[in-house]
Amino acid sequence: MTITEGVRSDKDATQAERPDFVSGPWQDSIDLRDFIQRNYTPYLGDATFLAGPTARTTGVWAKLSAMFPEERRKGVYDVDATTPSSITAHKPGYIDQPNEVIVGLQTDAPLKRAIMPFGGWRMVATSLETYGYPVSPELEKIFTDYRKTHNTAVFDVYPPGVRRARNSHLITGLPDAYGRGRIIGDYRRVALYGVDALIAGKKNDRAELDMEPSTEDIIRAREENSEQIRALKELVQMAASYGSDISKPAVTAQEAVQWLYFAYLGAVKEQNGAAMSFGRNAAFLDTYMERDIAAGLLTESGAQELIDDLVIKLRIVRFLRTPEYDEIFAGDPTWVTESLAGIGEDGRALVTKTTFRFLQTLYNIGAAPEPNLTVLWSDALPEGFKRFCAQVSIDTSAIQFESDEIIRAEMGDDAAIACCVSPMRVGKQMQFFGARVNAVKALLYSINGGKDEVSGKQVAPATAPNTEEILSYDTVFPAYLETLEWLAETYVTALNCIHYMHDKYAYERLEMALHDKEIIRTMACGIAGLSVVADSLSAIKYAKVRPVRDETGLVVDYTIEGEFPQFGNDDDRVDSMAVDVMERFMTMIRKHPTYRGAIHTQSILTITSNVVYGKATGNTPDGRRKGEPFAPGANPMNGRDTHGMLASALSVAKLPYSEAQDGISLTNTVVPSGLGHTKEEQITSLVGLIDAFTSATGYHINVNVLNKDTLEDAMLHPENYPQLTIRVSGYAVNFVRLTREQQMDVISRTFHSH
Amino acid sequence: MPAVNLGLPSAGAAIDLVDGSSVSSEQAELAELHHLEMEAIHNGSVASVHSWELVTAVDGPGTRMTLFLSGCLLRCQYCHNPDTWKMRDGLLTTLDDLVTRVKRYKGVFDATGGGLTISGGEPLMQPAFVARIFEECHKLGVHTTLDTSGFLGKSASDTLLDNLDLVLLDVKSGLPETYKEVTGRELAPTVAFGDRLAERKIPVWVRFVLVPGLTDAVDNVDAVAEIVARWPNVERVEVLPFHQMGEDKWDRLNLPYPLHGVHPPDNELQERVRDQFRARGLTVF
Repeated sequence: MTITEGVRSDKDATQAERPDFVSGPWQDSIDLRDFIQRNYTPYLGDATFLAGPTARTTGVWAKLSAMFPEERRKGVYDVDATTPSSITAHKPGYIDQPNEVIVGLQTDAPLKRAIMPFGGWRMVATSLETYGYPVSPELEKIFTDYRKTHNTAVFDVYPPGVRRARNSHLITGLPDAYGRGRIIGDYRRVALYGVDALIAGKKNDRAELDMEPSTEDIIRAREENSEQIRALKELVQMAASYGSDISKPAVTAQEAVQWLYFAYLGAVKEQNGAAMSFGRNAAFLDTYMERDIAAGLLTESGAQELIDDLVIKLRIVRFLRTPEYDEIFAGDPTWVTESLAGIGEDGRALVTKTTFRFLQTLYNIGAAPEPNLTVLWSDALPEGFKRFCAQVSIDTSAIQFESDEIIRAEMGDDAAIACCVSPMRVGKQMQFFGARVNAVKALLYSINGGKDEVSGKQVAPATAPNTEEILSYDTVFPAYLETLEWLAETYVTALNCIHYMHDKYAYERLEMALHDKEIIRTMACGIAGLSVVADSLSAIKYAKVRPVRDETGLVVDYTIEGEFPQFGNDDDRVDSMAVDVMERFMTMIRKHPTYRGAIHTQSILTITSNVVYGKATGNTPDGRRKGEPFAPGANPMNGRDTHGMLASALSVAKLPYSEAQDGISLTNTVVPSGLGHTKEEQITSLVGLIDAFTSATGYHINVNVLNKDTLEDAMLHPENYPQLTIRVSGYAVNFVRLTREQQMDVISRTFHSH
Repeated sequence: MPAVNLGLPSAGAAIDLVDGSSVSSEQAELAELHHLEMEAIHNGSVASVHSWELVTAVDGPGTRMTLFLSGCLLRCQYCHNPDTWKMRDGLLTTLDDLVTRVKRYKGVFDATGGGLTISGGEPLMQPAFVARIFEECHKLGVHTTLDTSGFLGKSASDTLLDNLDLVLLDVKSGLPETYKEVTGRELAPTVAFGDRLAERKIPVWVRFVLVPGLTDAVDNVDAVAEIVARWPNVERVEVLPFHQMGEDKWDRLNLPYPLHGVHPPDNELQERVRDQFRARGLTVF
């Protein structure tokens, strides 16, 4: 019996009109890649075939759009404050039932947020209080007295060093009070195989596990397997409440989209993960679309409507979060990242008409930050597609680009991005999200003998403070490395504690049910403030930097005499310092064993935490003032990259991906005229720039094509810009949903023009 | 500011670089150094460089490395780079170092259809260097562009022009007296250089900076259009609206800024001027 027997034995009248998919190993075991490769149709043309929105799409979107102003004003539209969310906790919900071609909401009404207490009760209670909802005493008792949460558990096991580093903002944004996210269930499996077949597969896994000796690892694996099967059964129930039977494979294109979405919906009903990414679905869905279109059962307009309606649903995924959380991850992001295009291992482009259709949603229902449309870019992509991407980017600033060449070489051609820049093999790999450390503060600690430059408290182990009149590189750098060694150890310790407890108390049972039995895990560490560190070290080496000490001897400021090379100008003297610090920190991280044998990785990504990190960090030797934001991600500091956008990008491209396998993020803003006079010229220029950047081993680039005036006007008149979307480090946000501070940070960034 | 009224670039450069006429004994070493530097500039193995930048869609096609050389004989009222006027303010940089950088960006140029643009200042103040780096570019297969006022066109050797793929030619005004008011110099050398480029069929993008109250007179624009229209090698005319972003540079250099308070041209004026060029069948941006 094969896994897809149901497809062939269960033919009805509708199926008879459709040809069978090309058979292959995907029928013998779960193998989405094999299915796609055998069945997808590359599309090499341009965007002229695309259809506009149907009246139905426009109507559903208009109904939602009317609700957004209230949501923006209040922070949340509504909350179900008394029902802890699960896959089946809420009754079916609709926006406009008769007009929705794809259905399903997280709760029983659009924009109504659910509470998800398993990550931590405090997060739930604080959020409810913030938005004026009652906190149920009964639930409070359950989630404090009877049921331990992930948050409580982590703090049970943190050693003091971790607490100190956390309290002093040396390590920030750790997923110890909220869901870690960054796990992509292979939601396609539900559509291709149906849930019954997936459960059967999990039962086979269980039979194997039952034959193994009952060690701690095996016992945990068995428990997880049981949880996964339970989650799959609940998923079937949830879909049934909407009138769909997903126990069997999807047959029509509508079913494929719907089944896929139900699987994803199950995940976001249960997990408030920092990033709940969607995967790499366009080519998969396209096989169903092509089959229905060929059989005369679907028109282009109908195909577009399915994708438009799916995207509408993805745009209104919501989680209940605290203001502190929003400071780190601004603009209510969910990172419903969909990875598009790329090149297959056989050289064919993974570009289909449905890949275009996803991008077309940005015209049909306007620009939006979610889903986080991510193009896996290669210079070998078809020209028509490249030009359409560039056009969409210029028109909407809503898409990001990542190097397909780098990702494919490492992970093959069925990998997707989780969150912003983290690549993983879909259904075969997950990460333990680890936020990031403040590498700038660590430098200041090393100068001050382990004391915090703001509070004066001893945070890192006491070392000899620097006593020089003029800082010398040969003294400062070795001391910095010593501090970083301690930081790396403390950091991995924190992450091991977090992920042990997350698995135990807030296990992602549905997402993991849509993974293989044996998976690759990575421990995703990260650095914030790399460009400030590089510039500071450069100032110490190439200029004269005098420390300014307060009455207690604490260095609180620096005066700089002379010029020094600055990161972001394609100048090896300083770019090599950034590379060196990054490589050394990765080596230090690798020294420490990880929970579940996860592979050590790191990212150079800040999301919007560059603002809070900067706020908590004193004056730095590069001339940056206390409280001033760091540059986002791997970006050069604002205004210091004076040799043009590409020179700036080429500095960042020197950071080797091998030492930052969780991704390196670059955000650039260019004024439209900086790309050319005419639209055609601008498109050609942008295609060329992205080709040039990725050919120079650049990993990721966000492109904003905007005038500063537009942003300034949007700050004054937010009501006129409900859909103004801009890219920040690794994701997109509605500009008008950022705090004033974050808006100012975006505006102060380098606008490349001429 | 030293007097700079000599037409010859070598002489002008010498005056710019060597301040004062009395050379004391303790200055002898310095003078000797200056002499060596001047020699290097004259033979083109070194250039006085203001800065470089990778730019897109402004100084020629594709993404380009634009090299701004120091030194200019014109004193345009609307100059937005007055910090490039004096050659001695530049950083002496060897041809080899600059060729190394061009090589580094070969991939970028190939991907974007770009190349090297030499701008300034006035690049033809250092014609030997320009000729040599363009020759190196062509050996590497890199597209070359010269951004010039044409005032020193006579200094451009035939070898330089042999290795030149595109000229961004500033025709700052069409009436000689307006040209003089704008730049402090004569119009004729620019026209002569344009004629020479036309004979050699070297593609030209003409640039005209539109300053309300200074260059916007109908007959002045017509005169530019008439000059330009007789060159069949002109591929496009770019009407560049004057902007005030240069003012702070004049302030920093303690120079009185003649266009203080002048507003950028409005769209209506820009379109009127573009139409004047379009009327002669020119492609206008």
